[in-house]
Amino acid sequence: MEQVIANGLYLGAQYALIALGLTLIFALMNVLNFAHGQMYVLGGFVTYSIYGQLKLPFVIALICSGVTLAIVGALMEKFLFRTVIRRSKREESTMLLAAATAFFLDAVVLLLFGEKQRGVPKIISGVFVSDRVILPYDRILVGVVAIVMIATFMLFMQYSKPGRAMRALAQDRIAAQLMGVKVERYSMIGFALGAMLAGIVGGLLVSITGVNSGIGGPISIKAFLMVMIGGAGVVGGAIAGGFILGMMESVGLTVLRAYGDITYLVIFALLMIFLSIRPHGLMGKPWG
Amino acid sequence: MSRSRANTVKIVSAALFLLVLLVVVPLLIAATGRSDLYYTLTSVALLSIISAGVWITFYIGRINIGQGAYALMGGYVSAILVMNYGVSFWLTLPLAGLFCAAASVLIGLPILRLRGVYFAMVTLVLTEVTRLLALAVPTITNGASGIVSIPLPAGISFFGVTLVPDFATLANPRLAFYIVSVLLMALCFLGLYRLAHSRIGQLCQSLQQNEELASSIGVNIAYLRIIAYALSSFLGGVGGAMFASISQSIYPSSFTVADSVNFMLNCFLGGLGYVLGPMLGTFVLYFGWDLLFETEEFQLLIFSTVLIALMLVLPNGLLSLTLPHKWRA
Repeated sequence: MEQVIANGLYLGAQYALIALGLTLIFALMNVLNFAHGQMYVLGGFVTYSIYGQLKLPFVIALICSGVTLAIVGALMEKFLFRTVIRRSKREESTMLLAAATAFFLDAVVLLLFGEKQRGVPKIISGVFVSDRVILPYDRILVGVVAIVMIATFMLFMQYSKPGRAMRALAQDRIAAQLMGVKVERYSMIGFALGAMLAGIVGGLLVSITGVNSGIGGPISIKAFLMVMIGGAGVVGGAIAGGFILGMMESVGLTVLRAYGDITYLVIFALLMIFLSIRPHGLMGKPWG
Repeated sequence: MSRSRANTVKIVSAALFLLVLLVVVPLLIAATGRSDLYYTLTSVALLSIISAGVWITFYIGRINIGQGAYALMGGYVSAILVMNYGVSFWLTLPLAGLFCAAASVLIGLPILRLRGVYFAMVTLVLTEVTRLLALAVPTITNGASGIVSIPLPAGISFFGVTLVPDFATLANPRLAFYIVSVLLMALCFLGLYRLAHSRIGQLCQSLQQNEELASSIGVNIAYLRIIAYALSSFLGGVGGAMFASISQSIYPSSFTVADSVNFMLNCFLGGLGYVLGPMLGTFVLYFGWDLLFETEEFQLLIFSTVLIALMLVLPNGLLSLTLPHKWRA
């Protein structure tokens, strides 16, 4: 049982980090970023190239992943999403754009890095063994880094000036603008930050699960699940959703092993029931 | 007077369009010998039926990325009925649609209360659920290996008069499938046009704009939502069943999340405000993808770049280009 909880926490920490980026972009721009999983994949491949192939330190690779994705995110916001939001009659049009950018990133990753599954050497080797829990050290490290990053992110959103501006923007765009928040600049920063988070998780996880160009879609779906559980556009909700999904996956894989590969089926069914009772997730705003 | 003339123009142009599809296109294909085009055009016709379902949900202001789920369900229902119970394919077509409609009422009751991205995300997950479900009950669906070698549709005869010939005896079943699909598509879009211009259509538009307001003046929004969603799923089921019959097989991966997203893109690309939007969008997307096949590894890159560019230039859909007076309004 302790083993299951430890696995759940480890999964939850990385999931929460993925969901944070998605929910941030949604809160600021009202855009459902279909390309989130693809951003994760791109981040993974950047780390793979720098750490796995150029043999530079892992930390540098991770920073490069973050910076690359931040730039990609900022450019996407400035040249694509902003334009479409301004010109379109229906705000759903951004979903088409997001889906198209997901295809685009898929194509770019496929062209640059090929379709093979890629992995990198372990960051640290060895396994932590106690009488009840067995966890490889690199998983512990990744889990801890993820939790530290979540904490940093929350502190940043809570106390820094850009953080405050972004929270104001998420609450009420027009009111924030009237109070002198530079809406366009902070939308761009927010989008870049969300993309950066996706890239960093991708970079972190490439050291454990590896990366291949096809996992973007499934990652996006998982991120949507977490956001639905926690409520769209709420930072706390994304974190809660991430940990809940991680825990459910970990428990489900153990408990339901006898019945075949139905963990996700059960999770989906539970989610349907949950959403019919609480349509906007644990802490989401109604009709986000 | 001018109104009835406009109507006449519409009817005549629709009839002409159908005539071109049913007579001129087969003649052209016969002349050029490109009989592979039948399959492409049939796919476009069927995909546009399925996309038309998505369009209906857009019409009540919901973003539906779960149409693949119903297409898959419809395909399986038809395949299982034909294979295990020997039901005629033509009977399974409406049955598959009705099954999907019934399923969508059950699923829709809880999830139609959601709006905006919540509904979109749940429906996205729904596609994945259906795929997993098909894998999880191998006794019914035969698991990952799918149901294969489904027989071609048998004939229908009525008091000895053959209405529809047995497809297996035809020299060119592809042409037959093409004609059936085009007829189905015509029927579907005729119905869609009627729906959009009927009283229910007007009420649906009121949902799209403001549900609270609509409900406050006595529109039964819960009922309308269910009806619209059931209709949408019905189309998905019929399209899926037809697809299973044409490819003579159905797998859990026949319709995936990517397909569901594509159905939604078809509607967007054509234009959400126009009944013919899904048809045009499907045609452009499908043919665009096919044409780009020559570019090999750059196919996806060029395709997505064009999509993004289209979105930047025409965010309200392709049809907004031809109907500028509506666009300005």
